Amino acid sequence: MLEIKNLHARIAEDGTEIIRGLDLTVKAGEVAAIMGPNGSGKSTLSYILSGREDYEVTEGDILYNGESILELDPSERAAKGIFLAFQYPVEIPGVATMQFLKVALNEQRKYRGEEELSTPDFIRRVKEASARLQINPDMLKRPLNVGFSGGEKKRAEILQMALLEPKLCVLDETDSGLDIDALKIVADGVNALRSPDRAVVVITHYQRLLEYIVPDSVHVLYKGQIIKSGDKSLALDLEANGYADIIDAAA
Amino acid sequence: MNMQTAITMTAAETALVDGYTAQIGELPGEGAVLSARDTLLADLRKQGLPTRRVESWHYTDLRALLRSVPAVDPTAFAQRVDPLVAGSSVLSVLNGKADTKGAPAGVNVRSYAESLVEGVAAADLVERDADDAIGRINGSFVRDGFEIEVAEGTELEQPLELQLVQSAGQSHTRFPVTFGANTKAVVIERHLSVSAAPSLVTTVCDLILDEGAEITWIILQQQGDADSHLAQVNFDLGTNAKLRLFVINAGGKLVRQEVHGVTTGEGSDFKLRGINLLGGETHTDVTFTLGHDVPNTTSTEIIRNVLLGRAKGVFQGQIRVAPDAQKTDAKMACNTLLLSDDADFSAKPELEIFADDVQCGHGATVIDIDATHLFYLRARGIPENKARAMLVNAFVDEIVEELEDEAVIEPLEAIIAAWLETHA
Repeated sequence: MLEIKNLHARIAEDGTEIIRGLDLTVKAGEVAAIMGPNGSGKSTLSYILSGREDYEVTEGDILYNGESILELDPSERAAKGIFLAFQYPVEIPGVATMQFLKVALNEQRKYRGEEELSTPDFIRRVKEASARLQINPDMLKRPLNVGFSGGEKKRAEILQMALLEPKLCVLDETDSGLDIDALKIVADGVNALRSPDRAVVVITHYQRLLEYIVPDSVHVLYKGQIIKSGDKSLALDLEANGYADIIDAAA
Repeated sequence: MNMQTAITMTAAETALVDGYTAQIGELPGEGAVLSARDTLLADLRKQGLPTRRVESWHYTDLRALLRSVPAVDPTAFAQRVDPLVAGSSVLSVLNGKADTKGAPAGVNVRSYAESLVEGVAAADLVERDADDAIGRINGSFVRDGFEIEVAEGTELEQPLELQLVQSAGQSHTRFPVTFGANTKAVVIERHLSVSAAPSLVTTVCDLILDEGAEITWIILQQQGDADSHLAQVNFDLGTNAKLRLFVINAGGKLVRQEVHGVTTGEGSDFKLRGINLLGGETHTDVTFTLGHDVPNTTSTEIIRNVLLGRAKGVFQGQIRVAPDAQKTDAKMACNTLLLSDDADFSAKPELEIFADDVQCGHGATVIDIDATHLFYLRARGIPENKARAMLVNAFVDEIVEELEDEAVIEPLEAIIAAWLETHA
């Protein structure tokens, strides 16, 4: 589903290279975890996948279902099924949460040539999904993410993901700032979306989240490259021994 | 106090002076009214239209900007339209001609033309100060309007809409309105244009709020791209009176909306909320002065501006706190979203504080669309243009939401959304 080939990317503004020859393949149905120390390029990778224009790809390619997505803008990528759950969801005063959800859903459907959802149908879907994620309906009456706690914001991200039904989910440090109860709710939300035709890339710092979202593969990102890949036991190794041995071995 | 001698009159000045001579026979009122008109016109002729050298007109050089004055057009035709909010009472002014039918119970309306004919209006036809060009032009040419009295204790269930529809020519109207003690009402002063022909519209509203009155007054200005709109609201707040004034500009070529108020009763509160949607070649000026004249009064002013194209916008806000007006609390903010390199906005906040135990503040910002917000919306599948429009809309919608009445909020939101769609 996702093939990243020899990807090189830099910050557009100052030319600093962050991703330096990254290769990664994630198959449909797979949950891949990307781990790595601070500054290894984890968040940058998530932004590049979703098309943020602050970064420039200088070499290599990103194939999604066999097609390069480098020329697609963020909204096109989203409509094709790529979803980024933000590490820091943005508060937008003045944009009502429900209106935002409806516009996003219908713009994606429009792009794919599908019919727009009727309002009752839309409301029913939101109610069902928010009940599963234990989201208080009053939260949805507020402007987008405004006044939400850290945990509420992360749950709201998973709610958006559940409603938009993407094919490739990229979770950027979704566990940061969550207590254990909120972590379980979020993990359950993600697990509910696991399916043979959907891939999930979990970017995380800690193994903790991976106890709840059990990955099929684990990849260590360091200085913009994948320096080691393995199964879920790799995450446990990292937890026990830290990154130093792997980094030394790769050097 | 800026005396100047117009060496040669501009086309607009000539049209006004000559127009007065041509129209004087048919303008309502004689005796004191006529002599008040003559005085105003003489001042207009002597001083000319204000230029940038007049401090209160510094950012709106009326003499340079008012290029021409459309001729009075007695054949122009306009019809009333559906009210903004379904169920409203409507008092219409069609091409400057007021129709007193349609007032709800508790609201006494008479034609201002009658007040002019009877002479009682003479006392109104004076200048606020030496720079009062709007009062001068309007007072010289005023033909009609409404004199409105809302009886003590009246609470209007539905909005009252003053609907001014213009198709061509000129309209000069006045609206002295008294809200009796403990009245509650929402009034929508709506300015519409129904043709592309240029118009000159001037209005002066004199609002008096008696003790405990709670009034929301919404000015919705949607005139045409060729129209000049010169308007003035004067208000006086009695004890514990509350006035919320919303000014929404979404049209007009040359627009000056003045708001001048005084708090004369303790415990009174004033809120000004402005939305300026400025596109094309418009020059739109909102000029506000407020005198906190007695102790324990409060005011807040929030102006949000969206500029596109080659639009120019101005906000001047002056708050004066009298020496014994202790415990005054006043805050003013003017935020501008500049979406075009060719547009510009001038903001001039002024505080004149003569009391020592007060809280006053002001701030003016110019901002651009937040790149992080934009990316977030796009990352959810919303195309860039639509995402931008949502964010611009959000910027002004915060103001509209303060109305807290869905029946009023919805049509205003629709107008704003339509404006953004046409102009952005």
